[in-house]
Amino acid sequence: MSMFRPTATHKVIPLVPADGAQPGNGGRIRVHAMRYNPRDPGNAPRLQTYELEQAEGMTLFIALSEIREKQDPSLQFDFVCRAGICGSCAMVINGRPGLACRTLTKAVGPDITLLPLPGFELIGDLSVNTGKWMRAMSERLEAWVHMKEAELDLTRIEARMEPELAEQIYELDRCIECGCCVAGCGTVRMREAFVGAVGLNKIARFRLDPRDTRDDDDFYELVGDDDGVFGCMSLLGCHDVCPKQLPLATQIAFVRRKMAAVGFR
Amino acid sequence: MDTSSSIVTGAGLADAVRKSRLPARLDVVQSATGLVLALFMWGHMFFVSSILLGKDAMWTITKMFEGYFIFGRAYPGIVSVVVAVIVLLLVVHAALAVRKFPINYRQLRTYRGHMKLMRHEDTTLWYWQFVTGFALFFLAAPHLFQMLTQPGLIGPYESSDRVWSYHWWPLYLLLLFAVEVHGGVGLYRLAVKWGWFAGSNPDATRRRLKALKWALTVFFLALGLATLAAYIRIGIEHADRVGERYVPASVQPGAVK
Ligand code: HEM
Ligand code: SF4
Ligand code: SF4
Ligand code: FES
Repeated sequence: MSMFRPTATHKVIPLVPADGAQPGNGGRIRVHAMRYNPRDPGNAPRLQTYELEQAEGMTLFIALSEIREKQDPSLQFDFVCRAGICGSCAMVINGRPGLACRTLTKAVGPDITLLPLPGFELIGDLSVNTGKWMRAMSERLEAWVHMKEAELDLTRIEARMEPELAEQIYELDRCIECGCCVAGCGTVRMREAFVGAVGLNKIARFRLDPRDTRDDDDFYELVGDDDGVFGCMSLLGCHDVCPKQLPLATQIAFVRRKMAAVGFR
Repeated sequence: MDTSSSIVTGAGLADAVRKSRLPARLDVVQSATGLVLALFMWGHMFFVSSILLGKDAMWTITKMFEGYFIFGRAYPGIVSVVVAVIVLLLVVHAALAVRKFPINYRQLRTYRGHMKLMRHEDTTLWYWQFVTGFALFFLAAPHLFQMLTQPGLIGPYESSDRVWSYHWWPLYLLLLFAVEVHGGVGLYRLAVKWGWFAGSNPDATRRRLKALKWALTVFFLALGLATLAAYIRIGIEHADRVGERYVPASVQPGAVK
């Protein structure tokens, strides 16, 4: 009965081929990539198909690079680290946001449709400007450790932190700002001003940090409204597409409880 | 707190100092009204389905709500009071939840496109919650108004006549599906929204909650359909005596008003 799928099939590189894919080498795959240059007035978005041979252990990033190298040098897409660390290669893979460098063609092929992440400024084809969005979000949420001016003494040795707490903060700090959660959120898609899971996760992260002197009243100023945590409709698209498997559902629920409590103080 | 805001609309001094606490409270009230309504609907379904145990069972439940077994006489006005409370909850809930509706065609189209592309269950379920919530605006109103104004006309024959001879069954059928889908999804969403029952493995909890949600929806739909069928059957049998009140054999006719 339940159609529940906790993770998108392309979320992690599976060690075994997904059902239906031919094992081992070979097979031809077809990549249908959106082509669009927003700065070219006469240009309309269209899907362009590239056919290529699937190599052993081929990721979408490798496939795209091969296309750009051998078939079409004009195809735009981003990557830096090729290891799921920088967050640049996020795109919509067969309908769901994911990282191209962490997706095996075998797991999503043989027909793979690629679209740029929605919700961000389109640079061209599959390349979007997530950086601009993330910067605006960081500034809006003041996503940095706030210390009192008087206590800011760079010569002093930093206070020790319990390893468990450091671990908890680190867990939330694993966010690579890839933008998948934003693209996967029906709420942000409808209402662009909504902070999105990446932002709420930052609030949860700085709230944990003992060096940050902000209290819940301060955080309420940042996310205590319908563009903030109360705008979240708990669709959990964010949670289910996050390529770093961040515990977004529980973090958002946690921030929501804390912010709701402020409302009754 | 709101004094200056209320003097200069939208630009009160209070806003400059501190963000309004209202969104937090409204979010809680939206959830609380949804929760109470959903739990009420469960109880409601059990009471209504007493007809499956027989006409006397349903009559007894009805009279219980009219205070018959406490005061020795039926006061249908009690039912009106309960209905009035439900109406109030529903109005508050709808007024708050409507804030989440797509406000224009562009938003609706964006959401639908996103939903089709993602093929993500929770995203799709929200859409159905929105659709059924919208339907409930219209479907719940006639039923509630009827119960508010004619609380005395509830009973094995009275209800069956309404369902069949007065043609209310299509409304009840739609209402059943709308409420069960809406309430089921709503309760599941409440749990994930506030992180209830999350435990040490929230993903496993969520899977279980989802399975439970489906099980409950199927159970209440089945119970509801069986119940509606029972009223329809009695309604058909009773069609030539429409308007006759039900009086159990065990009760003196004069005792019931
Ligand atoms: C006029 C009738 C109604 C309308 C327009 C309506 C609309 C909505 C909408 C749009 C939501 C989603 C809110 C969100 O995503 O944050 C919602 C949530 C909910 N509804 Fe309704 N609804 C109605 C009646 C009911 C009834 C009769 C029940 C009881 C079965 C109910 C139970 C719930 C619950 C439990 C939730 C989850 C609450 C939350 O997320 O805070 N609703 N409603
Ligand atoms: S929370 Fe996850 S999906 Fe969102 S930006 Fe961070 S890593 Fe990407
Ligand atoms: S839970 Fe849903 S509405 Fe909230 S941030 Fe995640 S995807 Fe968006
Ligand atoms: S290239 Fe860095 S995350 Fe994919």
